[in-house]
Amino acid sequence: MGELSDLTLLESAKRLAAGEVSSEELVQACLDRIATVDPKVRAFLRVDAEGALAAAKASHQRRRSGIPPLSPLDGVPIALKDIFCEVGKETTAGSKILEGFIAPYDATVVARLKAAGVPLIGRLNLDEFAMGSSTEHSAFFPTRNPWDLTRSPGGSSGGSSAAVAARMVAGALGTDTGGSIRQPAALCNLVGLKPTWGRVSRYGVIAYASSLDQVGPLSRTVADAAALLQIIAGHDPRDSTSANLEVPSFSASLEDGVKGLRLGVPKEYFVDGMDPEVRAAVEAAIDAYRGMGAEIVDVSLPHTRYALAAYYLIAPAEASSNLARYDGVRFGLRSERAHTLGDLYAHTRAEGFGAEVKRRIMLGTWALSAGYYDAYYLKAQKVRTLVRRDFEEAFRQVDALISPTSPVPAFELGAKAEDPLAMYLLDVLTLPCNLAGLPGVSVPCGFTRGGLPIGLQILGRPWDEAGILRIARAFEREHDFSQRAPVLT
Amino acid sequence: MALTLEQVRHVAALARLALTPDEERACQQQLSVILDAMEVLSRVDTEGVEPTTSATFAEGALRPDVVQPSLGAEKAVANAPAKAGTSFAVPKILD
Repeated sequence: MGELSDLTLLESAKRLAAGEVSSEELVQACLDRIATVDPKVRAFLRVDAEGALAAAKASHQRRRSGIPPLSPLDGVPIALKDIFCEVGKETTAGSKILEGFIAPYDATVVARLKAAGVPLIGRLNLDEFAMGSSTEHSAFFPTRNPWDLTRSPGGSSGGSSAAVAARMVAGALGTDTGGSIRQPAALCNLVGLKPTWGRVSRYGVIAYASSLDQVGPLSRTVADAAALLQIIAGHDPRDSTSANLEVPSFSASLEDGVKGLRLGVPKEYFVDGMDPEVRAAVEAAIDAYRGMGAEIVDVSLPHTRYALAAYYLIAPAEASSNLARYDGVRFGLRSERAHTLGDLYAHTRAEGFGAEVKRRIMLGTWALSAGYYDAYYLKAQKVRTLVRRDFEEAFRQVDALISPTSPVPAFELGAKAEDPLAMYLLDVLTLPCNLAGLPGVSVPCGFTRGGLPIGLQILGRPWDEAGILRIARAFEREHDFSQRAPVLT
Repeated sequence: MALTLEQVRHVAALARLALTPDEERACQQQLSVILDAMEVLSRVDTEGVEPTTSATFAEGALRPDVVQPSLGAEKAVANAPAKAGTSFAVPKILD
């Protein structure tokens, strides 16, 4: 038997059910692992040992008293990106402007995890307000990739990807606005799922761009991602954008394979500047699917090249509006320098926001301002319609689309931090899915010669998380990439 | 599209951001580069295309208009940097 920290979520659940381990031991194993490796990786902003151990104890007592488990993951700890409100706990979104903010209520996903008996072990680093693709825009410190500590774990959910990859915890929640779950999953050899927009409630999730944001899991296996999604998915009367639809089983068809499925390969997703080893690994994955009995179909998403520009107008525009609430009045930082209300707003925001957040607020305000609204924001929304139609057209021919998740493997910290456009380009293959509201998953599909993970992206029809998870699982079952662990001594 | 410093200051005022002179210059340069890259959108024919404002695939959610318990004033002001009782305190806005 290996270390407890090597177990997946469902393996831990099995051990708990068999009485071979207690929830407190699982939590303690995470805490020990965090103490050993997190000083190097720096995934956690805060560790909540007390809260997690109390939840574990409660789970253990339920089990001992013969009360049926609250969920398949009752007693199995996970960690959260620091963007979800949990009552009585600090939540910062990686920003100085929210440092010390104590959430007055639980986000719906947090309430669901608690109701499922899942101990929450702490808060994971992120790019400030989830704006970034490297976790270098955290106001606190950058997180390091466990596969190579000189490199980024991706972003914005880079604390989540680094913590799961380093075996500090077997699962985490992130948010994905333009790739912020899938890209860090790809860069850290994980499964990362962005559900359909509307599948998971955003109540109590700090907003970046509301027409794009969605909550989802990062884990080491497809089955774990399905198990976490099962807990957090579903209608929430407190989020009017959460869909009032029946939630299917995300695991029932996981082992059904891909025989007879039609998988589309969008030619526009094999972009110039793509790393040749990424291309080769994804082409090998496509061949593997063919070998498993899927029919591979070449498809075209002709407006892909415009999606990046549309996204980087729409997301900042929505952000500029969402972040108007940080004004020094109701919560968070208040500038000491201001004597009038107008100055209070302007100085608080100047002192509290980091450079990338200011840049996006400025870009978004510009796109929404009088005289430029039609040429920028409205134009971007029309192009968004065309991007969405491309997908509708493609899904008339195929059951899912497969592509690389990120055009490059993990990059050196600092390599792109000073060049906003280079950073934005990292999202080129993930953000069209957000513009269209579709579900997408990244699954490990290989390594570079230098030992850096490569991710395969699978995009599905609206509400077909079960379908893309099944396709991801078919690949995972035939390959051992997911079982490899980074060496951290 | 090259932005002038004056345009940057106007947008910063709209966004309620007190930028330093260095930040203004950096913004001018970076936003100009970013907006140049956004120019590709002008090449797309969007004649007759409706804008997409939301990614939803579901029907709009309506519920009965019934009052529910909410946070309550004490919890609502708990994080305020300055408060007076259950009110948010701000600098004087009228003389």
